[in-house]
Amino acid sequence: MSTVAELPAGAGPAPAEQLAARWEEPRTVRAWFTTVDHKRIGRRYLVTASVFFGLAGVSAILLRTQLAGPEAGLLSPQEYNQLFSMHGTAMIFLFATPMLFGFGNFLVPLMIGARDMAFPRLNAFGYWVFLFAGVFMWASLPAGAAPNGGWFAYVPLTDEVNSPGLHLDVYTLGLLFLGISTTAGAINFIVTALKLRAPGMSLNRVPIFVWAIVATSFMVLFALPALNLDNGLLFLDRRFGTHFFDPEAGGNVLLWQHLFWIFGHPDVYIIVMPALGIVSAVLPAFCRRGLVAYPLVVLGVVSISIISFGVWAHHMFATGLPQLSLSFFSAASSIITIPSGLQLFAWLTTMLLGRLVMRAPLLFVIGFIVTFVIGGFTGAMFALTAFDQQVTDSYFVVAHFHYVLFGGAVFPILAAVYFWLPKITGRMFSERLARWAFWLIFIGMNVTFFPMHLSGLFGMPRRVYTYPEGLGWDPWNLLATLGSYILAVGLLLVVVGVVHALRRGKPAADDPWGGDTLEWATTSPPAPYNFPVLPEVHSLHPVWDPRTAESVAAGAPEARTLAEGRQTIRTSELDARYEQPIEMPESSLRPLVAATGLLVVFGGLLFDWYWVAAGGGLLLALTMVGWLWPPAEPT
Amino acid sequence: MRGGVAAVTEPAALATELPAGRSTGWWGMALFIATESTLFAALLGSYFYLRFQAGPQWPPAGIRPPELFLPLIMTALLLPSSLPLLWAERGIRRGQQWRLRAGLAATIALGASFLSLQAMEYASSLEEFTFTTDVYGSLYYVITGFHGAHVTIGLLMLTWLLAAALRGKFGVRRHERVRIAALYWHFVDLVWAAILFTVYLSPRL
Ligand code: HEM
Ligand SMILES: [Cu+2]
Repeated sequence: MSTVAELPAGAGPAPAEQLAARWEEPRTVRAWFTTVDHKRIGRRYLVTASVFFGLAGVSAILLRTQLAGPEAGLLSPQEYNQLFSMHGTAMIFLFATPMLFGFGNFLVPLMIGARDMAFPRLNAFGYWVFLFAGVFMWASLPAGAAPNGGWFAYVPLTDEVNSPGLHLDVYTLGLLFLGISTTAGAINFIVTALKLRAPGMSLNRVPIFVWAIVATSFMVLFALPALNLDNGLLFLDRRFGTHFFDPEAGGNVLLWQHLFWIFGHPDVYIIVMPALGIVSAVLPAFCRRGLVAYPLVVLGVVSISIISFGVWAHHMFATGLPQLSLSFFSAASSIITIPSGLQLFAWLTTMLLGRLVMRAPLLFVIGFIVTFVIGGFTGAMFALTAFDQQVTDSYFVVAHFHYVLFGGAVFPILAAVYFWLPKITGRMFSERLARWAFWLIFIGMNVTFFPMHLSGLFGMPRRVYTYPEGLGWDPWNLLATLGSYILAVGLLLVVVGVVHALRRGKPAADDPWGGDTLEWATTSPPAPYNFPVLPEVHSLHPVWDPRTAESVAAGAPEARTLAEGRQTIRTSELDARYEQPIEMPESSLRPLVAATGLLVVFGGLLFDWYWVAAGGGLLLALTMVGWLWPPAEPT
Repeated sequence: MRGGVAAVTEPAALATELPAGRSTGWWGMALFIATESTLFAALLGSYFYLRFQAGPQWPPAGIRPPELFLPLIMTALLLPSSLPLLWAERGIRRGQQWRLRAGLAATIALGASFLSLQAMEYASSLEEFTFTTDVYGSLYYVITGFHGAHVTIGLLMLTWLLAAALRGKFGVRRHERVRIAALYWHFVDLVWAAILFTVYLSPRL
């Protein structure tokens, strides 16, 4: 099983040269702004999301420092409110999803044997919108106008009367702005995975990571509208005096919570699902065997994405919903542990049956399994309505969701950073540094968040900027704060490791881990056109499969070289039969201009400058007219 | 440049010559419509949620149930507006430029009349209540206004198609954009049926 068939680098020099001429971009400033290469865009997503992670992390360190002891005066209550709201909002919306979309962007076309995403310019547009929306939100913090109503911004706390100022307008508009990017990205992933898979990659040969990204994208398409609507209505209520959330005039505050959690629960899986996909991608390489029970894992992925829409009200057990609906949501919430458990057992069995190679990425995967199981355990406790009502809004909840989110997203993301760093940068990292980072992060993470279970059970509420002495909370808070410093050092070591690899790292082999998916079949880093010959896929583990290797050897048919133009192959949805080559767009400034138009729209809305907003809309519309204009006849 | 057989069998030529299967653009639009439908579903769902939480009287005291005369005429304009578009699309598949242009123009005319009637409707209902009167007013204007915005975007797309069609940009094998934009229009069109039911008919049930 584990014989690694080396794929030859290309089909002779001539097509490679032709391809380079069509795909390579000049090293100019203009090219930097106009690129549509999914690999560059993917890298930008990764870097930008990491910066937002850093900002949200610094906010968290400030929060923990304030809470280290009773009655501390580092932060004012107003500052504390803004910092925890920005921390939560940024971690969820500006870090977790974009980071995973970054890996998706870089990897999905490579894993399915394509030359780019289905809509490369939309992809560039999505990145610029993400960047602008992130800056839009973070810029409010130094201005003292950052969101301050928590990451789920419940009304009536967040209505105009109770939260005057721009804070919540930054929140609603920022998330609406960002939603455009997320939606565009989701559509792009689905269409790419549906239509651009290499010939022969029928659905039962699609890597789990791609499945996970596609399932996530579907969840985005069906969950995000609820959040967008919620934010749109809140903005209208606050700015234009409508009454959706105003009980005085027939509105209803619970509408906010319903819409928010119809989005919010699937969002937990939107964050965790691609991370689980990462785990399924990393394991085979370090267990020297394919993932056990592939069809069951795929089934698990798909069923999670469906069931997760039926459980939202478990976030509202304390709002006085009818008893029967509580029971329903409680049951549904318990059922969803089954497909999650299924994946867990598939990984454990893979590890049991394989030969483990203990390298940094695998360490992070194991760290993930440990923390995620603890988080899942406390999660199952919440599914019991009675327990939930005891600990709701306490630090127990904070402990729980950090075990799930840090364990379920950050550990896999770090595994992914180390796993794909050689492919992305073409450099190997220092294993020693990586191990130090792992242990500091693993220990720091547990020392930070485990004590919060206890302070929560002892009654400490979340979102308090300080607390009096002598309630029995002091030692646990001090411990948590110390843990967060250890954690911060560990995370810094990751950055050091990446910079070190870029500067000093040894050149990476094309396939340093002996991975099984197609990204390992091309050079590290990949050429702008990804593959000189687009492969024909014969199994679930194309790189371990000699027939697939043969398909890219010299003498491959012109139909899979496509060196004449800037093209990739379109195949049929289910069984990936060859349909036709399709023309891919050249680089363009339009995505950036369109995103700038949107930035003007949202800036104008924020500051009441409606004519400016209209001008931005016009810029956007005019750009689209040119963008979508039918191209000249092919010559 | 290249002659005979090579010119039509080499990939660049094949790419534009042989339509087989659904295109990426078609899927992109289909998925966009899926997410937009969810948005409208959430909006109309919120209407019913607020209505049933608001108590027995709907519309609330002081507002009469909506008039049906104008909305029914608007329906009679909008729903059939998909037909000329279908006819136009069939036409360009056979290379009939005139059918494409005429069909597009007809749909645009119907859509524009729909919007002007909506403006008339607003003019009369605004005398009675506005979007700040109460939650009913908010729902009424936001739902119909949001749909109106979609119709406007649809009209811009169709106008853009017409401009390209007048320059002869489409042909027997090159009309993917017509197909995709038409898909969006049919969607905007169908959503109106759901809005007619929710906003105009359901208060009378
Ligand atoms: C880097 C290490 C992290 C530390 C030290 C940290 C610390 C904290 C603390 C102390 C709070 C509670 C604030 C309060 O209730 O007063 C908090 C809230 C929160 N954190 Fe983290 N966190 C970290 C990472 C993350 C990650 C990776 C995520 C998600 C991907 C995340 C998501 C959240 C959310 C959603 C909240 C709730 C905010 C709210 O109450 O509105 N955190 N964090
Ligand atoms: Cu949930």
